[in-house]
Amino acid sequence: MLELLQSFAGAVPGAVSQGLIWGIMAIGVYITYKILDVADLTVDGSICTGGAVFVVLFGAGVPVPVAMLAAFGVGMLAGLVTGLLHTACGIPAILAGILTQLGLWSVNLAIMSTKSNIAINILDPKNLDKMLVSLRFVQEVGDGRRPFWQHPIFVVGLFTVAIIFLLYWFFGTELGSSLRATGANGNMARAQGINTNVTKVLGLMLSNGLVALCGALLSQYQSFADINMGKGAIVIGLAAVIIGEVVFGKLFRNFGLKLLAVSLGAIIYYVVIQAVVSLSNINTNYLKLITAAIVAVFLAIPYWKGRYFGHHAKKEKEAAPDA
Amino acid sequence: MLEIKNLRKVFGAGTVNEKVALDGVDLTLEDGDFVTVIGGNGAGKSTLLNAVAGVWPVDSGSISIDGVDVTHLPEHKRAKYIGRVFQDPMMGTAATMQIEENLALAARRGRARGLKPGITKAEREQYSEMLKILDLGLEDRLTGKVGLLSGGQRQALTLLMATLRKPKLLLLDEHTAALDPKTAQKVLDATERVVQRDHLTTLMITHNMRDAIAHGNRLIMMYEGRIVISVSGEEKKKLTVEQLLREFSRASGSDEADDKLLLG
Repeated sequence: MLELLQSFAGAVPGAVSQGLIWGIMAIGVYITYKILDVADLTVDGSICTGGAVFVVLFGAGVPVPVAMLAAFGVGMLAGLVTGLLHTACGIPAILAGILTQLGLWSVNLAIMSTKSNIAINILDPKNLDKMLVSLRFVQEVGDGRRPFWQHPIFVVGLFTVAIIFLLYWFFGTELGSSLRATGANGNMARAQGINTNVTKVLGLMLSNGLVALCGALLSQYQSFADINMGKGAIVIGLAAVIIGEVVFGKLFRNFGLKLLAVSLGAIIYYVVIQAVVSLSNINTNYLKLITAAIVAVFLAIPYWKGRYFGHHAKKEKEAAPDA
Repeated sequence: MLEIKNLRKVFGAGTVNEKVALDGVDLTLEDGDFVTVIGGNGAGKSTLLNAVAGVWPVDSGSISIDGVDVTHLPEHKRAKYIGRVFQDPMMGTAATMQIEENLALAARRGRARGLKPGITKAEREQYSEMLKILDLGLEDRLTGKVGLLSGGQRQALTLLMATLRKPKLLLLDEHTAALDPKTAQKVLDATERVVQRDHLTTLMITHNMRDAIAHGNRLIMMYEGRIVISVSGEEKKKLTVEQLLREFSRASGSDEADDKLLLG
């Protein structure tokens, strides 16, 4: 048992790093799912797009920051496609996201020159030193071979804080407020002169930009991009949003803190998954099933509460004027 | 101020549920007119207001506000000219946003929204003053979520939002129907005050014939998508509910007025 605990403790920094990286995607999911009230399934495709764009550009000698910005931009384009399918073509948001996601599969393969997996050669120290984050750094900082500020927890943590600050500012502006109004009550937003089609598209672009940025960080961290790296990403994103809400909902009222809760939710998710993997002999193939089950239960809880406790039912109804 | 010409709208055209909601409506409102609209269920009152607000496109006819043809403008562009209060208290405000945030959104109606702050300190003070006038105790709850307000408070807030930037046209769609009588009276009084103060051109739907007679300088009654009665000026001041019912029976050629309208 002690051995198992030790192996788990050793794996925690890696799990936290991974959670932080996925937390950026989860913040993107929060923008669509919570703020815009749209379930966007583009995510599963756009995270891989971000990773693929980064790895290919890096391989072509493009500097890391530029490659990451490019990933962000291409992610926004994916959001734009979903947004236009939804608003300009009248396709329900869920279906629009599925269509984009399916299309992105081919796009992602095309970006990777029809290879399903492209690696960054980090055995070459010149490449490794260019990386912003890497799984190797977790080990090397631990050994003292690298300074602490190269630890992925530190780097991605800073990234996350910067993103939260930017989003906090943005959603406080006139434009950001109109995005929130669109999700809160579309009728009201239009009556106040807000073009809700434009705000929805903008929200989807911003969200998928962040998701692709997460993909770029993830492919650096694991030093490869894979055509399957986005599979089930939306569920992990939802899990992070929901865990963050359940654990910190009562504590964090401020918008910035709510975003932080999403990131923390992703960390909790990865640490728990790591615990399950380290402390039991579970076949890792079953992890997706476990994740899906956990998310299903957490999504069901508000409904059950509403159904069996009238008090909560009323509250839920009031909170959802669009329903 | 508002000019509606031969407006037609058919719902479910070509199906068994086909419904001619607006059947050639002509209506002109002068600047400062306060027109009350009555009529039975399905007479086309709400359809008329939604057509003016641009919720969906009309089949034919034209609408112009203050000389601008808005017939083909989308809803959010017409919002520049129009303030609206809906029947459902949930519809006019964003429940998950703060009272001051809702007001700040309304203060920017019809303006481009950029990356300037969504609300300024000066605005906050201004809103606090405005809410004091409403006398609902909301001035101390600026940062409270609108979802926690009562229906009456929400309607009063929606009214304030609709008139925060003086609209060329105020549309009230049975905005007191979902409230208890006492609250309804309070909101109606507030409506009368703001309409008088800002000299607002107003279209107000109501189910209550007494309210329709007591408020405004003109009354119109709709029946089957048409305006069948229009009374204004001195004539309207002398109008009684009984007289109105008689007029309605004559105009519609039936007795159903008694059933459909007395209930209101």
